[in-house]
Amino acid sequence: MFEIRNLHATVDGHKILKGINLKVNPGEVHAIMGPNGSGKSTLSKIIVGHPDYEVTEGEILFLINGKMTNILEMEPETRSREGIFLAFQYPVEIPGVNTSMFLRAAYNEACKHQGADEMDPLDFDVYLHEKMKLLDMDDKFINRAVNVDFSGGEKKRNEILQMAILNPRLAVLDETDSGLDVDSMKIVANGVNTLRTKNNAFVVITHYQRLLNYIVPDFVHILQDGKIVSSGNKDLALAVENKGYDWLK
Amino acid sequence: MAQVNEKKLLNAKTMEENALSSRDYRFGFYTDIESESIPKGLNEDTIRMISKKKNEPDWMTEWRLSAYRHWLTLQEPKWANIVHPPIDYQGISYFNAPKEKPKSLDEVDSEILETFERLGVPLSEQKRLVGVAVDAVFDSVSIGTTHQKILEDQGIIFCSISEAIQRHPELVKAYLGSVVPVKDNYFAALNSAVFTDGSFCYIPKGVRCPMDLSTYFRINAAQTGQFERTLIIAEEDSYVSYLEGCTAPMRDENQLHAAVVELIALDRAEIKYSTVQNWYAGDKDGRGGIYNFVTKRGLCKGAHSKISWTQVEAGSAITWKYPSTVLMGDDSIGEFYSVALTNHRMQADTGTKMIHIGKNTRSRIVSKGISTDEANNNYRGLVKILPSAENARNFSQCDSMLVGNRCKANTYPYIDVRNNTAITEHEASTSKISEEQIFYLQSRGLDLEHAVSLIINGFCKEVFTKLPMEFAVEAVRLLEMKLENSVG
Repeated sequence: MFEIRNLHATVDGHKILKGINLKVNPGEVHAIMGPNGSGKSTLSKIIVGHPDYEVTEGEILFLINGKMTNILEMEPETRSREGIFLAFQYPVEIPGVNTSMFLRAAYNEACKHQGADEMDPLDFDVYLHEKMKLLDMDDKFINRAVNVDFSGGEKKRNEILQMAILNPRLAVLDETDSGLDVDSMKIVANGVNTLRTKNNAFVVITHYQRLLNYIVPDFVHILQDGKIVSSGNKDLALAVENKGYDWLK
Repeated sequence: MAQVNEKKLLNAKTMEENALSSRDYRFGFYTDIESESIPKGLNEDTIRMISKKKNEPDWMTEWRLSAYRHWLTLQEPKWANIVHPPIDYQGISYFNAPKEKPKSLDEVDSEILETFERLGVPLSEQKRLVGVAVDAVFDSVSIGTTHQKILEDQGIIFCSISEAIQRHPELVKAYLGSVVPVKDNYFAALNSAVFTDGSFCYIPKGVRCPMDLSTYFRINAAQTGQFERTLIIAEEDSYVSYLEGCTAPMRDENQLHAAVVELIALDRAEIKYSTVQNWYAGDKDGRGGIYNFVTKRGLCKGAHSKISWTQVEAGSAITWKYPSTVLMGDDSIGEFYSVALTNHRMQADTGTKMIHIGKNTRSRIVSKGISTDEANNNYRGLVKILPSAENARNFSQCDSMLVGNRCKANTYPYIDVRNNTAITEHEASTSKISEEQIFYLQSRGLDLEHAVSLIINGFCKEVFTKLPMEFAVEAVRLLEMKLENSVG
């Protein structure tokens, strides 16, 4: 359903990605690990279409209407409406914009795109509260402005809430565990596990093996210097945890 | 003390602004009706002519003439951060009115009624807005006021200032020029000499005005100045919410609008004054548009009185406007909430003055400036605390947002404290509409325009919530329309 082929990318003229290949099938969870500066965040941003990165070679294919389609020319909002989601490493604050109103606007954009009816505020409120329960969030959360005055943990949970609301086919989690205490991490992992189905897929980017005890991956890939240097199962993450990255070079 | 924060923004590669074409100003049409105007030019005879046309008493004519004589001794102020070619005061006609003089709203020329309907302000009996009384001013005259009867039953006077001069001379004499003296400034002196129409509101003691009062100002004729004069008096324990809207046709030449608004609040009275200003702002190259030089001031004369200004300034080639409050009564409150949006080559120098005289007086200033294209947006505000103002408090917050990399925003806060029990706070920020915010919203499925409009509305929220409901909706729509092609 999702495939990256020979992806090369630069930012401000610097080569960051140097030929990434990755194939993700429905129902799978892939973890991507790697040292600082290896290109993990760049990869996640490119998947959702951040304008600062320039793809110089390769393609990213996503299953749209039964056909694998190159999404690189698509606007970020179109990719989102087609079912690609990024949980940001640093969620952005939008002062004055009410969280629940924002969530409904986002949800309805996806509905419109997929030819479904938009949800009215009352129905949406019910839907929203179901999802909030999943992540152990209360009302004061959604009545505030988007990410404004949220703690680090709350921001991350808000990302997962957005994911739950938008129900994407492919979700990329960019270091969602960083800055989380163990309890928050469990809540987040539990949220992800509840959302897993045989039809959707996750790409989990992380520094630490710890998260993978809670979100168990089918595949682990090690990214170094813009390339995937090793792939394996969850044991690879444990090996990295013990030995570091250098032995893989 | 004057602080200057100037910030020109660099590097906004995803935001190359597109010019907003002038067809986006949907109020830019002209109504072709027979009108009578007086010849261009300004001298004592012009003023006598205006006064005579309005059938004014001698004291009014003399008042105008003394203002004119004083104006002749003054120079146009130069301190504002605006640039414009010299205004030719002899090249303007100071009076223009539809030829047919209606006795009541039912007799108003159908073309004019249609004009106001197109502007969203229907006046006819069947269509008029229910919760709002409207005084409609077309060029130099008020063409009628709705709901007058209902208001009269409660002793509220809401009529044109011309009518008030005829029917309530004692009130006009007592209050006209009492807050903005004839000699206050260049444009106030000019207005005092040549003002033609505007609204008059009087809320008697203890009355809470049952509906919003509003005036809609329409400039129609070419080469004509509009000099509105508004006077609102709130007696003890009364309350009124007043709204003001303005539009003009698109023209290549600049037109002058120099208004004076005076508010008086007596003991425990409250006046809420809201403006959505959408005068024609000129085209993308800065051709045409209204020069809006306005003096607005309220006097909290009584103890525990309150005056609150809320403005959304989205039009005019030049805005020079500082709605101010003099806090004379003990425990009185002044508020100023402002959103000023400038695009293309618009220039705004706007803000407020809060003059604390009475004890325990409080003031609050919230100003949001948004600048795009090559516009120049300035906040200028004065907080003055006099020795008599024991325990005065002020809070000011001035935020500027820049869209694109060719616009400017400046903040000029002046704080003058003469009593050491006073507490003043000032917060200011300048930010560029952030690409990261836009991208974040886009990555959730919102397109660029939707994203920008959400961010801008969030930025202005604190001010919009102060506007009456229908006005807030209009303000949001107005900003969206203005910004539509500025980002992308």
